[in-house]
Amino acid sequence: MYGKGLRALSIATVATMTVGLVLVFFYAPLEAEQGFLQKIFYVHVPLAIVALCGFVIGGLLAIQHLRTRDPRWDMRSYVAIHMSLIFAVGTLITGSIWAKGSWGHWWVWNEPTLVSFLIVFLLYATYQPLRFAIEDPERQARYASVFAITAGAFVPMNFIAVRLSTAYVHPRVLGSTSNLPAPMALTFLVCLAGVALLYATLCKYELTVKHTRAQVRALRRRLEGTRPELAQSRPRSAAPALHPAATMSARTAGRPG
Amino acid sequence: MRRTVPALLRKELLVELRTLESVPGMSLFSLSTFVVFHFALNRSSTEGDLAAGILWVTLLFAAIIGVNRLFVVDEDQGGFDGFLLAPVDRSALFVAKTLTLLAYLVVLELVAVPAFALLLLGPSLGHALPGLLGVLALGDLGVAVIGTLVAALAVRTRARDLLGPLLALPLFVPIVIGGARATSPLLSSGHSGGPAARWLLTLGLYDLLFGLIAFALFDFLLED
Repeated sequence: MYGKGLRALSIATVATMTVGLVLVFFYAPLEAEQGFLQKIFYVHVPLAIVALCGFVIGGLLAIQHLRTRDPRWDMRSYVAIHMSLIFAVGTLITGSIWAKGSWGHWWVWNEPTLVSFLIVFLLYATYQPLRFAIEDPERQARYASVFAITAGAFVPMNFIAVRLSTAYVHPRVLGSTSNLPAPMALTFLVCLAGVALLYATLCKYELTVKHTRAQVRALRRRLEGTRPELAQSRPRSAAPALHPAATMSARTAGRPG
Repeated sequence: MRRTVPALLRKELLVELRTLESVPGMSLFSLSTFVVFHFALNRSSTEGDLAAGILWVTLLFAAIIGVNRLFVVDEDQGGFDGFLLAPVDRSALFVAKTLTLLAYLVVLELVAVPAFALLLLGPSLGHALPGLLGVLALGDLGVAVIGTLVAALAVRTRARDLLGPLLALPLFVPIVIGGARATSPLLSSGHSGGPAARWLLTLGLYDLLFGLIAFALFDFLLED
């Protein structure tokens, strides 16, 4: 049931990304100053936007988790943040490459967006260790949600603070799409849609895998009889615990807020 | 709430006065750090950016020692259980702990700032002092609020000594930005006037927003 729509979503992602790449290489004009190098913009900026939105969405899902106490919201929050972390690594790498190409250094401190991104990344890098260090699944979920909300609110505040601290040197094309030439803006929007779809697809894949694995575990447990020592043994993990029993008990307990 | 917070605060300060576990350690740490900075930078006096940086890095790292210890007694000796059994608002613990950490930081700065002026600072501190006090007060408030939230988040994990600093440092970055930028002109030799208003505003807004977030979320950390 969790795999529903996964195929359609995957096909849409592949199609959009293909169209996006075709537009990048054959349609969008070369930028006057930076030339071919500027094409990395169509990968780097969508990755960054999607990663940051993913972090904030992870925080919103965590709010939902603390309100309903349904472990499925915690799972969604976990998956959103997990995927955003991977996208954030991609952003840092592509940003570094672009900085090397356009300013001659792999890392540029007076570039507020890059620096803010690193700080946010360092904060979220502690998300998994935090989860891993708490053994009780319920408390792990609760503490992880508190972290996710705090960090989600920190993302915009941090960007404002770092931006205040430095003179603005980011190429102005990144700020908004309004001052881009029309072909570039179109290409950028298609690429943004492609990366956002990729994010959604990967999240859905991860959720499907997690739920399937939980179902398999539950079925295996039933197959092996109700030996309590087998039922209790869950390998310690940073990922949320989500076996059908847990979701059912949360639903029947039905504690509102 | 109005009676719980003073009672809790009194208990915290009494425990600290009797055990002297945090504040002396924090102060001593700051002095050692100044010595380390002297040899690491090979400077006998600093000013401007460098002085502001040394001061803020030292204060933050000393604060992290206090943050790491803030809830350890409650966790190890059943203070959380005792508090949860009492019929009081849970947010009171957050407010009381924040005020405790704030008090620790003020005492720390009473030691660290004069020591810094004596050991490493080139220009005299005199006329910059009112501005510096304002910046430090706003910075301390932010450190206390974030420190309390992070301490509560980290103390009941297995790797609490590691997770506390790892969680706290990125969250402290905006405070360092505001604090150090506001302090550096105050510590330059040819300086006059107070700290720039926009950095004070940045610090104040950050304190306010994080205070609200931490206040709202703290209850969820105290449920079992």
